[in-house]
Amino acid sequence: MGRYVIRRLLQMIPVFAGTTVLIFVMVYALGDPVQARCGDRACDPATAAQIRHDLYLDHPLWQQYLRYMGQIFRGDFGVAWNGRPVTELLASALPVTLRLTVLAILFEIVIGITLGVLTGLRRGRPADTATLLGTLLVISVPTFVTGYVLQYLLGVKWNLIAPSVSSEARFDELIVPALVLALTSLAYVTRLSRTSVVENIRADYVRTAVAKGLPRRRVITRHLLRNSLIPVVTFIGTDIGALMGGAIVTERIFNIHGVGYQLYQGILRLDSATVVGFVTILVIVFLLANLLVDLLYAVLDPRIRYA
Amino acid sequence: MRRSAARWAVGAAVAALVATGCGGGDGGRATDGSGVLSASWTDPQNPLEPANTNEVQGGKVLDMIFRGLKKYDPRTAAAENVLADSIETTDQRTFRIRLKDGWTFGNGEKVTSASFIDAWNYAALVTNKQINASFFRYVEGYDKVHPESGKPAAQKLSGLTRQDDLNFTVELNQKFSTWPDTLGYAAFMPLPRVFFTDHAAWLRKPVGNGPYRVESYTKGQGMQLRAWDGYKGGDAAVNGGVDLKVYTDNNTAYTDLQAGNLDLVDDVPAAQLKNVRADLDGRYLNTPAGIIQTLAFPLYDKAWSGEDSEKLRQGISMAINRKQITRKIFQNTRIPARDWTSPVLGAEGGFDDTLCGRVCEYDPARARQLVKEGGGLPGGTMRITYNADSGSHRDWVDAVCNSINNALGKDDACVGDPVGTFADFRNQIVGRQMKNPFRAGWQMDYPLIQNFLQPLYYTGASSNDAHFSDPRFDRLIDRANAESDRAKAVDTFKEAERILPQQVPAIALWYQNGSAGWSQRLSGVALNPFSVPVFNQIKVG
Repeated sequence: MGRYVIRRLLQMIPVFAGTTVLIFVMVYALGDPVQARCGDRACDPATAAQIRHDLYLDHPLWQQYLRYMGQIFRGDFGVAWNGRPVTELLASALPVTLRLTVLAILFEIVIGITLGVLTGLRRGRPADTATLLGTLLVISVPTFVTGYVLQYLLGVKWNLIAPSVSSEARFDELIVPALVLALTSLAYVTRLSRTSVVENIRADYVRTAVAKGLPRRRVITRHLLRNSLIPVVTFIGTDIGALMGGAIVTERIFNIHGVGYQLYQGILRLDSATVVGFVTILVIVFLLANLLVDLLYAVLDPRIRYA
Repeated sequence: MRRSAARWAVGAAVAALVATGCGGGDGGRATDGSGVLSASWTDPQNPLEPANTNEVQGGKVLDMIFRGLKKYDPRTAAAENVLADSIETTDQRTFRIRLKDGWTFGNGEKVTSASFIDAWNYAALVTNKQINASFFRYVEGYDKVHPESGKPAAQKLSGLTRQDDLNFTVELNQKFSTWPDTLGYAAFMPLPRVFFTDHAAWLRKPVGNGPYRVESYTKGQGMQLRAWDGYKGGDAAVNGGVDLKVYTDNNTAYTDLQAGNLDLVDDVPAAQLKNVRADLDGRYLNTPAGIIQTLAFPLYDKAWSGEDSEKLRQGISMAINRKQITRKIFQNTRIPARDWTSPVLGAEGGFDDTLCGRVCEYDPARARQLVKEGGGLPGGTMRITYNADSGSHRDWVDAVCNSINNALGKDDACVGDPVGTFADFRNQIVGRQMKNPFRAGWQMDYPLIQNFLQPLYYTGASSNDAHFSDPRFDRLIDRANAESDRAKAVDTFKEAERILPQQVPAIALWYQNGSAGWSQRLSGVALNPFSVPVFNQIKVG
């Protein structure tokens, strides 16, 4: 187990290097960020040259990359378009998005798996059909529609919540945004766990467990659920990364100053320091989440062993 | 078991909803101190230095915490003396400036002629990377401190001379009679010593001499400004202060206003314009701002600058139904353009709604004829290039193209050509890579007709994106700048502007208004000609 983890961690190094190179080249390919700083008028060439020099933009791409990587290993992620260090942006944005993601994942696990197991056990009954239809609806409505509608109804019409999240972004403020963010994945989790349960309920080991005379509760939680959750855990694991980086729409609607918002700003302003910095962190999150998922397999299914 | 699980799931959902409800109730209404209003904001694009800010969001703050030699009247846009006691000249080149006594910065330091000279020297010096440095290009010695390339040969502008604490002179490198009227622009604000001695601290919490002082500033989240009781000017704040809140999206700010969590938005989203009067029960205003939108032609491209091509450009201009588009797309928040300036200048300042004449009128028959005489659209079809990341440009570009297609009787005469980001869009324009007419907008820096003409259409000027060059136009601008009499100067500028409908380097589309919506707590809300709320006049409660 320990050796497996170490091997996986070592494998992350080339992946990390590769992604940073790719992102760096892609942002670089978008073009020169200096001109946009001057708005609708052309920067005067002398000032633009000075800014370019200070941002190290007057060097070839590979030199820029090496210098950037050197900085990262010293803990310096560069300076963003508005003069703030990227580490400062990360420190303010990451906790907010992390809270949002944790809540969204909780919704997925609690509501999604519960619904999935319940409908899987009652296949073909009205509750099952209704839930399936419901998930279809949720999957087909885009996030920004649910976001704006919920925000308007709960925030303006009924005045139950504040329509926008304050800069502290406390857990209680993030409940509705997290629900909006989680809805699509939640529907997928429901369907995945339902299908999985339906498949496994006819498996031999379940029949054996029932024949042994185990109580139904124990059959479901210990035997059926544990085996049915493997695909669901895979899905939720990859979803952590997706939710952290892909919350751009939700974060904009609810005024959440998180990772998605900062990334969006960085891309609009062709700001390589911000984009590469944030994506690098996201890549690490993604890799760790995947590792965690792989380790969870062993916990869920005793047949899987890592050496 | 089944039943209990179901009950548990329902219970969880209910708990979630209840918790949401509570959260909203607690975090909802801000418990402001008496008379403090909250307003929407977005992060300024550059560090908040006066000479490094050329967009509205940073300008909003500078307008609250700084006062310069002059200030533009929020209603009439006339330049009025604030810190200046007098600005005199006999030759339109050397200006003697006398300051009023008794003004101080928020930290108690006196505002002297050195406060101005040091600030201006800092702004002009190329190594300080101030994006508004070029506002000092008319001052003698600018080419030494801000050379085209290489290191500066001098650290200070030789044209600035201090006489004593209250007197200094400015020598320009050319005649520029209306130069004093440019001094209300943010780049010309005075700066306290601490700006130079502890720059980082100043940026964290700017100190100025305006009606407000900065109480706290959290970058990326907001700024709290409070009325400064030591303020010397006549326009002291009538409210306790302003809390600026950073929003990710103007739709969210608008929703917050509707829900009563925000007092003022100065950027009503385009999608809400239809309902805004009903939504806010009339607490909405829409007034002219010094912004004009145009379609510039890449005159460096032969396809658009050949023989008789001015007829082609005139024809396209006459194929655009401005009235219909401003009504349908912009709900009359923009006004069809009839010249290349802005109504905020007023007739005295050089605005003239007859100047463009027929060229800005929709006339499909004449448009068809002119386009034909001009050799037809290059390659039979044209595109309108715009940036797709902001400002809902797509809607109006499609409408303009539709109008052109209808007028020319050809379905594919014109199509929109989006560019992903503003940054990329600007790079293509500056790099002279445009092959087609492109969106160009101009927000004035100061309310002078000069500012609508010289930077945009003078040969080699900083925002001459069309790369228009006409010796007659340049001569008239030079003459107007040298004119000592204001009315005569304006007339000469207008004479130069009359060349534009003949040559059409850019099609004048419409004048853009500023808009604002506010909560029931506020009264006396107005926008100045730069579409920034006049915060010091807003009453709370």
